[in-house]
Amino acid sequence: MPDSLTPLHLAVALDGAGWHPAAWRESDARPAELFDAGYWADLVAEAERGSLDFVTIEDSLTVQSDDLVDPDDRIDRVRGRLDAVLIAARIAPRTQRIGLVPTAIVTHTEPFHLSKSIATLDYVSTGRAGVRVQISARHDATAHFGHRELPRLSLDSINTAAAQQQIGEYFAEAADYVEVLRRLWDSWEDDAEIRDVATGRFIDRHKLHYIDFEGRWFSVKGPSITPRPPQGQPVVAALGHGGVSYELIAGSADVGFVTPHDAAQASDIAGEIAALQWAAGRRRHTVRVFADLLVFLDRTQSEAQTRRRRLDDLAGVEYRSDAEIFVGTPAQLADVLQEWQAAGLSGFRLRPATLPHDLVQITEGLVPELRRRGLFRTAYEADTLRGLLGLARPANRYAIA
Amino acid sequence: MSKPIKQIHLAAHFPGVNNTTVWSDPAAGSHIEFSSFAQFAQTAERGKFDFLFLAEGLRLREQNGEIYDLDVVGRPDTFTVLAALAAVTERLGLTGTINSTFNEPYDVARQFASLDHLSGGRAAWNVVTSWDAFTGENFRRGGFLAEDQRYERAKTFLQTAQELFDSWRGDEIVADKANGVFVSDPDAGAFAHKDAHFDIHGRFNVPRSPQGRPAIFQAGDSEEGREFAAAAADAIFSRHSTLDAGQAFYADVKGRLARYGRHRDELLILPAATFVIGDTDAEAADIAHEVQLAQVSPQTAIKFLEQLWNRDLSDHDPDGPLPSVDPVVGDNTISRGRASVRMFRDSIAIANDWRAKAEAENLSTRELIAEVMGRQSFVGSPQTVAATLNDLVQADASDGFILVPHITPGGLDPFVDQVVPLLQERGVFRAEYEGTTLRDHLGLAPLPARRNHERGKRSADADAPTGVAS
Repeated sequence: MPDSLTPLHLAVALDGAGWHPAAWRESDARPAELFDAGYWADLVAEAERGSLDFVTIEDSLTVQSDDLVDPDDRIDRVRGRLDAVLIAARIAPRTQRIGLVPTAIVTHTEPFHLSKSIATLDYVSTGRAGVRVQISARHDATAHFGHRELPRLSLDSINTAAAQQQIGEYFAEAADYVEVLRRLWDSWEDDAEIRDVATGRFIDRHKLHYIDFEGRWFSVKGPSITPRPPQGQPVVAALGHGGVSYELIAGSADVGFVTPHDAAQASDIAGEIAALQWAAGRRRHTVRVFADLLVFLDRTQSEAQTRRRRLDDLAGVEYRSDAEIFVGTPAQLADVLQEWQAAGLSGFRLRPATLPHDLVQITEGLVPELRRRGLFRTAYEADTLRGLLGLARPANRYAIA
Repeated sequence: MSKPIKQIHLAAHFPGVNNTTVWSDPAAGSHIEFSSFAQFAQTAERGKFDFLFLAEGLRLREQNGEIYDLDVVGRPDTFTVLAALAAVTERLGLTGTINSTFNEPYDVARQFASLDHLSGGRAAWNVVTSWDAFTGENFRRGGFLAEDQRYERAKTFLQTAQELFDSWRGDEIVADKANGVFVSDPDAGAFAHKDAHFDIHGRFNVPRSPQGRPAIFQAGDSEEGREFAAAAADAIFSRHSTLDAGQAFYADVKGRLARYGRHRDELLILPAATFVIGDTDAEAADIAHEVQLAQVSPQTAIKFLEQLWNRDLSDHDPDGPLPSVDPVVGDNTISRGRASVRMFRDSIAIANDWRAKAEAENLSTRELIAEVMGRQSFVGSPQTVAATLNDLVQADASDGFILVPHITPGGLDPFVDQVVPLLQERGVFRAEYEGTTLRDHLGLAPLPARRNHERGKRSADADAPTGVAS
């Protein structure tokens, strides 16, 4: 085994019955169980058998829709979902090592609530929590919350200056949101609980800190209700397609999910995010850049192609994705991952076209292949998500060194 | 004809952030680590309890302008812990306190519907209101309310959430692979709600959960709170655990149900209760006294005194008599983020009562505070506690109790191991769970599936107010 190679990181993105809209119609799909804990527990257990770094769980504050900004009335697609943070919490006690990274929408929700729920996910998983922050520009999500009048974005107007400015504001709000999450996670020093019977004090109040965040969209006083979580700072992830979303990754996240379509793009994006990190004053901060790939995996490439065509026929439309769509064998995918990793990426978040099929192809096909090449762990080497990602436990910004 | 024997309902309150939780005991474990919650929940389930109860905090308490440090401080997030507990328990109900002021109906409804799915129908929501700007400083909207609006908003919040829970009938997910029909109704989840507090419409994204909605709990004691519970709650978490006060509260609240077309059994009255168990009644009384003193340290006694006196008394001697100066009347400025200070409506009268009691019984400040603030509900041998508790339920002082141990996480063990078997022998408490959902445990009928035409679709009349319960 060549030991000069750096192992790559591998995550799986879980969403419903898989990412292809007809995934739920596959013979091994369990569409009637999408709202049961057992379904999610089985998927995450499978991912953990493959010693993957983490799973992400998609979420939204709307019913799924094929339309980018408006609801649709389709009945032939998976509709309805459970809260991703709560799915992760439900799974946590029944898994040991795998990281759990639910999606949370930051446009309409309260940073104080999310801070304590992710801190708590870190406690119930003993240090395996992360959160993928996502903005929502959907008009239907705004209508579910009221209060705010946000401009209606559409595909036709998306490139106008006004739309781009609004999108910039969503991402600026997300950056503020992550800043509040991080300050709240640090608002208790690790040793704040003292239980000093002589003085009757449970905590040393000088080790709790007001965060006094004041921003355009919210102000938050602090400190958190929940003490500093086991990882200090749970892992923050974000998906980006360029521009302001790369600024969010570079300026706020620990893990960025990006969507290159070849090794050259992967290299460009990694360079761009690194440059933005410098600009944001975060050059010493490690940001792991993962490429998202949507995968159809089978024993032969033609089998995979046939399956993709069959699913597209069932869906009535060719499935397209923001991410590169890979159709082939686990060994062929390993070739791509190796090449893209060499171009400057830390890891990959694979979106299984169908579940459990493509997940099992990852754990039973791709993972052994990567191990043969010395590119993937043979067993979990750390018991926290930060540990698996090679991210140090951060010092507390409020503690006096 | 004799009255039928009532079955007792028991629940366990995870020890909270009040002085009743004794953190200084060597047996006291973590209030944050999940292992404490798992052990506590599994003990409650071993005892066949109806449910576990979690409180919520949204701002750390302060006194004299500083974070209050004498009690347990800090807690994990309610929803997240309950979802994790669903993984380590099978039948136990999972009740969470969630504030309606610093949340939005869509978000809360989807979290409770999700919890109900993920627990197989074991979720309950203790709806509380809060209106203070102090707590609001942690939230996006600031969100504080005039006190007279808090029940109105809570009522309409719950009504709105109810409409969201009901926006799916429960039979829409057909997942018919052969015919390519996942959901039978393209409008599943459609809702529209407009009133003075909420103006929202769209589609709820969580299909109907096993119980239809979480069981609804209410904890307030005011006139508005009682009426709110009579209209909409499945259980009340009350603080009237004695015979006379319990019977009066019970009769009052149960008497309100008929006006809402509800039967007396459709709302359970469950007071909070503490307990100390010994081998004999005398031994239990001794332990209870020790627990009282552990709950009221000299420092805690002074802080309690300040909460009623509403002034700085840091120089006062806890082993001496009560202060001779009177409380400062008016808004309580000394203590913030603590609901109990609202009980001190007439602080001078209460101070005079305390002085009279201290003088008559020759009590120091600390002893007096321990006496008035720290009395346990049930003290005695297992036989005495079982008999007392059962008598209260059979006498309609309650339908059962939410037990609050003073030690985390092992404080429930003596009750489960020694008192529960006696109640089971008497035939007044289940020996095994009979159902799987929390509604089953509470003896509440399953909610009927909602009829199709009831759903509030967005339509021409969507602008008409649909929400406020009368």
